[in-house]
Amino acid sequence: MSAALRPYRRPAPVLTAFWWGRVGALLDKEWAGYFTTPLAYVFLTLFLLVAGVLTFFMGNFLERGQADLLPFFNFHPWLYLVFIPALSMRLIAEERKSGTLELLLTLPIGAVQAILAKFLACWLFCGLALLLTVPLWITVNYLGSPDNGLILASYLASWLCAAGFVAIGLFASALSRNQVTAFVVGVVLSFALLVGGTPLMTQLFAPWAGVFVVEAIAGLSMLTHFDTLTKGLITLKAAGYFVVLVVVFLCMAAETLKAEKNA
Amino acid sequence: MTDALLVQHLSKRFGTRQAVDNVSFALNIGDVLGFLGPNGAGKSTTMRMLTGFLPPDNGTIAVFGQDLQKSTQAVQTLIGYVPEGAPLYGDMTVYEFLQFICAARGVLKSRRALALYDAAEKTALHEVLDQRIETLSKGYKRRAALASALVHNPPLLILDEPTDGLDPNQKHTMRALIKALSAEKAILISTHILEEVDAVCTRALILAEGRVRYLGTAAGLRTAADVPQPARLEDVFRSLTQIQPPMQQRSAA
Repeated sequence: MSAALRPYRRPAPVLTAFWWGRVGALLDKEWAGYFTTPLAYVFLTLFLLVAGVLTFFMGNFLERGQADLLPFFNFHPWLYLVFIPALSMRLIAEERKSGTLELLLTLPIGAVQAILAKFLACWLFCGLALLLTVPLWITVNYLGSPDNGLILASYLASWLCAAGFVAIGLFASALSRNQVTAFVVGVVLSFALLVGGTPLMTQLFAPWAGVFVVEAIAGLSMLTHFDTLTKGLITLKAAGYFVVLVVVFLCMAAETLKAEKNA
Repeated sequence: MTDALLVQHLSKRFGTRQAVDNVSFALNIGDVLGFLGPNGAGKSTTMRMLTGFLPPDNGTIAVFGQDLQKSTQAVQTLIGYVPEGAPLYGDMTVYEFLQFICAARGVLKSRRALALYDAAEKTALHEVLDQRIETLSKGYKRRAALASALVHNPPLLILDEPTDGLDPNQKHTMRALIKALSAEKAILISTHILEEVDAVCTRALILAEGRVRYLGTAAGLRTAADVPQPARLEDVFRSLTQIQPPMQQRSAA
C-alpha cells in the first residue's frame, strides 16, 4: 500500500454530535455579541427611557390613581414594533453581507439550528430589557397593592409577544443582505400583524368581505391576543397564537436560508 | 480503500448558466489538489457544494465513503473549510472566535484548550490571540481563518484561494503551511495563480466553463496541451481554458 493510501486515522480532538450543543454554541456567541459593542447598552437605555416616558406621560400612570401596570403593558406592542426589528435586522443580513453566513452554514450547524440560536439570543435579550423594568413593578407595590399575579402574567404575555416580533424580524433579516431593508420589512410585517384586528383594518375589509373573512383577519391580530393575555386571561388560544406565530416565522426563516443556497 | 473525497458527475446550474458541468475527481490523504481556472469557471461553486453550503443539482459527493447529501452534518465534521475571502467575525478576538468554532464543531470542552493551542501553534497566531479580528493584518486574518479550519483536526481541508491578496512573504508562509499539513490530510486548494501548482500541488484540475479540462499530476500539466515544448504553464493554461471567440464562430457559419 502506498503512502497515499494510508487508512484514515481518527482526528485527535474528541467531537460530539449533540444537536442542542451546536445551538448552544451559536447562542453563546450571539449573546456575547450583543455586549461587545455599545449597541446593547444604548438599546437598553433607550428602551427603558421610552417605556418610562410613554407610561408616565401618555399612559397617565400616576393620575389614574390605580395600582396596576396596565398603561405600561399597553404600550409594549408599539414599542416592540420599532425596537425589535432594529434589534433583529442584523441577525442574518449582516452575516450574508460579510460572507460569514457561508462560514456558519459549513460548520456542522444546520439552517434550523442557526435560526433557533439567533432567535433565542435575541428573545433572551428582550427578556433582559423587560427584566430591567422590574423597578416599576416594585414602585407600584410601594404605592398601593396591585394584583401581582396579573402583573406577572402580563410580563409573561409581553415576553411572549416579543417572541412573535423577534421571529418576524428574523424572517425579514433572512430575506435580505441589507440591514435597512430588513428593518423596514420587519416593521411593515409586524405592523400588518399587529393591527389586523383593530377597526382600522376590519373596516377596510368589512364593506366587501364576508363576516368570516373579517373575523379571520381579526383573529390574526397580535393586539387582540395580547390584550386577552394582559387581562390575565392566559387562554390556550391566545398563548397558542403566539407560539404558532413564532414557529411559522422561524420555519419560514429557516426555509429562506436553505433556499438561498440555490440562488 | 475509500477515497478521502470522491466526487462523481457533479453539476450545478444557476438560471440558464451551467456553473458546474459533470465534474468528477477523487482525492486522497497526502494529496494537494490544485483547482485552477479562470474567474467564473465554477471553482468556488464546486467548493461550496463540497462543503455542503450549496446543494448540487446532480452528482454525488462522498467523504471517506459517507454521502454528503445524506448526512450533511456528519460529513461537515470531517471538513475544514476556508471560504473565498476568508470571512471572519470582525468584532470577536481571535481567541473568542476559535473558541466558538471549537464549540460549534463539537470539540469536547475538556479538549478545547488543547485543540485551540494546536491550531494556533500551527498557524503561528499566539501573539494575536487577544486581538480583535478586524484590527489584524490580512496575513493574520488568513491565518486565523485557516486556524478555524484546523481546530477539529479534519482529514480533509478545502481552501478557496488561500493566498489571494497576500504579499509574497505571506504567500510563502501560507504555502509552507499547506505543504506541512499535506502529510496527514487531503487538501483541495483553488487558485488562479499558476506558480502555486509548482509550489504546493501534487495534482491539478483545470476547470473552464464548469467543465474539467485537465485532471492529473501537477508535473504532467506542462505536456497536457498542444503547445510547443518546453511549455510555460501560462501557455498551457490559456490553451486549455480558452473559449472560442464568437466572431470566429460567426464567420465560420
